[in-house]
Amino acid sequence: MTESVSESVTAPALEMRGITKRYPGVVANDGIDLDVRPGEIHALLGENGAGKSTLMNILYGLATPDSGEILLDGAVIGISGPSDAIARGISMVHQHFMLVPVMSVADNILLGAETMANPVFLDRAEAHRRIVELGTRFGFEIDPEVPVGSLSVGWQQRVEILKALYRQARILVLDEPTAVLTPQETKEIFSVLRRLADEGHSIIFISHKLNEVLEIADRITVIRRGRVVGSRVPAETNEDDLAALMVGRNVQLVVDRGESHPAGPTLIVSDLKVADDRGQQSVNGVSFEVRAGEILGVAGVAGNGQEELVEALTGLRKPTSGSVSLAGQDVTGSGPRELQQRGMSFVPGDRHRFGLVLSFPLSDNLVLTQYDEPPYVKGLLRNEAAIDAWAERAIAEYDIRTPSARVAASTLSGGNQQKSIVAREFSRKLTVLILDQPTRGLDVGSIEFIHRQVIAKRDQGAAILLVSAELDEVLELSDRVAVVYRGEIVALVDGPTAEREEVGLLMAAGRRSIPPTESAAPPADGPTPVSA
Amino acid sequence: MRAMLARVWALAAIPLISIVLALIFGSILIILSSLATEKSLNLLLPLVAYESLFQGATGLSFIDVAGGAIKFAPSINPEQAGRAITNTLAAASPLVLSGLAVGVGFKAGLFNIGGTGQVLVGGFFAGLVGAAVAQQPPVIAVTIAMLAGAIGGALYGFIPGALKAFTGAHEVVSTIMLNSLAVFVIVGLVNDIFKITGPTFARTADVGNAAMPILFGRNGNIGIFITLVLVALTWVLIYRTPLGFEIRTVGANPSAARYAGMNPRRLIVLTMSLCGLFAGLAGAFEILSLGYYPAIFGTTIGFAGITVALLGRAHPVGILLAAILLGGMRAGAPAMQITAKIPIEIIDVLQGLILLFLAAESVIRHLLRSRTERVTPGEIGTVSRTYGETTI
Repeated sequence: MTESVSESVTAPALEMRGITKRYPGVVANDGIDLDVRPGEIHALLGENGAGKSTLMNILYGLATPDSGEILLDGAVIGISGPSDAIARGISMVHQHFMLVPVMSVADNILLGAETMANPVFLDRAEAHRRIVELGTRFGFEIDPEVPVGSLSVGWQQRVEILKALYRQARILVLDEPTAVLTPQETKEIFSVLRRLADEGHSIIFISHKLNEVLEIADRITVIRRGRVVGSRVPAETNEDDLAALMVGRNVQLVVDRGESHPAGPTLIVSDLKVADDRGQQSVNGVSFEVRAGEILGVAGVAGNGQEELVEALTGLRKPTSGSVSLAGQDVTGSGPRELQQRGMSFVPGDRHRFGLVLSFPLSDNLVLTQYDEPPYVKGLLRNEAAIDAWAERAIAEYDIRTPSARVAASTLSGGNQQKSIVAREFSRKLTVLILDQPTRGLDVGSIEFIHRQVIAKRDQGAAILLVSAELDEVLELSDRVAVVYRGEIVALVDGPTAEREEVGLLMAAGRRSIPPTESAAPPADGPTPVSA
Repeated sequence: MRAMLARVWALAAIPLISIVLALIFGSILIILSSLATEKSLNLLLPLVAYESLFQGATGLSFIDVAGGAIKFAPSINPEQAGRAITNTLAAASPLVLSGLAVGVGFKAGLFNIGGTGQVLVGGFFAGLVGAAVAQQPPVIAVTIAMLAGAIGGALYGFIPGALKAFTGAHEVVSTIMLNSLAVFVIVGLVNDIFKITGPTFARTADVGNAAMPILFGRNGNIGIFITLVLVALTWVLIYRTPLGFEIRTVGANPSAARYAGMNPRRLIVLTMSLCGLFAGLAGAFEILSLGYYPAIFGTTIGFAGITVALLGRAHPVGILLAAILLGGMRAGAPAMQITAKIPIEIIDVLQGLILLFLAAESVIRHLLRSRTERVTPGEIGTVSRTYGETTI
């Protein structure tokens, strides 16, 4: 630790001293010091690519540091691999769960740490007893025989934590644990973490979400470009301070949206019905219009038909009925190519599946939707010079951090991958812009940048449809907000004056208040009920 | 420049290591087989065999193995070298084409096992049409016969392409079935309909003026030059045209291709037809060189294309080099048989071993460990998928 906070009464359970790790062309960790006390929740805050994951991979034995040492209870240790780390009481809960969906909770927990009755058979009874006991102790009872695949994401995460506890972890590393959770699930996992800490476990909480870090952490260590740039306790800091530390400059967390000047409707959707992959109708007759120069936000809990709606609008999926018109032309059922030619740009929600060809160079990805248009073709051939020139310009204009335009898109961080897609889609001549989760998983610096670009496009007269699972993002940017619930638009509210709680409730229940009879329904998402 | 070399090495390392490993295992087999047949242990025999193979393929000799001692004695016989190299190139040119027939498919994420059938159909078309235009001037006759072969192959590639695009039938399954279909249908057609009277075995009529023109030496045919031009054109198509970009995108990420407004179905049909065209032309070269289509045309060109494409890492230049290597083996094998008394089939064994080591790419990488981290199961792609992604 860089500051005097480490001179406390309790000796640290874990210390990492002077950790340095170089990869070809980049110093991922540059003399990082970190100490974690027993019973402490220690947040590790940094942008994507700041070196958080490298540091944790070193702690977990997945990477070997070039220099520096790791001390457990004051003694220097060497960690040769994950099994060694686990044996020493260090466990990691990955962002993408390492669970076998078809196997039961108990089987998943036992996998690799089998409790044996004798050399041949498992002691299932004892294992069950311990799992139930652990769950009860930390406030989440779970049936060990339920298949993991049938659990919600939040519960799957608890199974991961149980797995670590079953292996007697004392130090628990959680890599972006809230990235996949709803606000309600986040609250629940936080209370679990707090109980773990109260029992003396040390928790390293990796995140780039400022509000969460402030809420849960006892101490916050901020790293930027491989170095520790500061250490804070939540009581003495705030989001702006942390954001500035993290990014290295002052960041505007809420972009100044300014005045919008909507004109006539550009995208008109009427009574659109769309079926999902299994043939279930997931968009049940929605109608709306997006005007030139305005942002229409779509708020909703993931899985309420947003994905199918976006796919239908962008030509990736055929609607079952209804109509879509773009700038006065009927485009119902048109394919992506035709829609693009009519001025539609689309930033897809799944950037790895749709937005990029990860194995291709960045330059090719920057022309993925324009590869056959001038100036990128000349006669029958690709115009490599024009492609390279545009790539250089895009890298500069959109602040894409990359060694060159020739490296594969897979080597870029998530934020820079997203900026590449934004660069490509925003630079086209466009009348309608469809944004699906435009900042998912990005750090504050990238979010600020992309939000500014969106506002700029609005001011240039684009009709923008913004679909996002981040309610704050929808409310900050949108002129009007359509709330979707079970494939229908249940409300259309004015963006600047919308009440967060009211929208949250509409998202969760499809109406403004929960009637008493339904109060025992599955946990609603986030906000407390307010009367309409 | 350094970066370019590093990229070439990253692509070429596995093929080169596979060749070396195949030669090592091949030499063990040579020693063991001579132990069984000659009842004597000759540890130098593999060296003698490979040296005569190399000399048969290139006319160059580096060592002199006489009386159990190895002497470094480079020598060249210009006349022999010219003949040997011509033989190698003549053997290589259909292999290049059948290699492209598989390699271009890889680029689009397709595994075209149907080379054999496409070669047969292409050869059959070339043989029939060649016989029909046998009296035309050679320029016209040869052009028409070759075009017929290319079209025949393309049609036979179009079928599995269309099946895949419109019904989802996997191309590996459908092309394997189409191979058998081609073999037996053509045998039947030649035996029952197109057989000419005269020869002691069933075959089609002579192609006459459509016979492969020889430009130099005994068999330095025009096909060698056509092949070189096609390699260059294929490189341009794949890496320098929008269509090639579409093919590579569909191979690397079909969802992104759809998002980008490409038409994966059209591209699958087109690519499979193009693959068939290359294989059909390979068949045409073989048949026009032979002069007629025999009912039993046991060619291994189509199947060898898989080895060529894998060895050449689906890159046109790599395919050219790989085909020259395998063509050289075919051309040099008789010399090896004479000098070292090794059965000619050892060539097929070597080819099989190369394929085996190529297929075991992740195993080799694991053994090496020097350049790459350990391979996790998620990183092991199918050959068609991983080769579709390589860009250079």
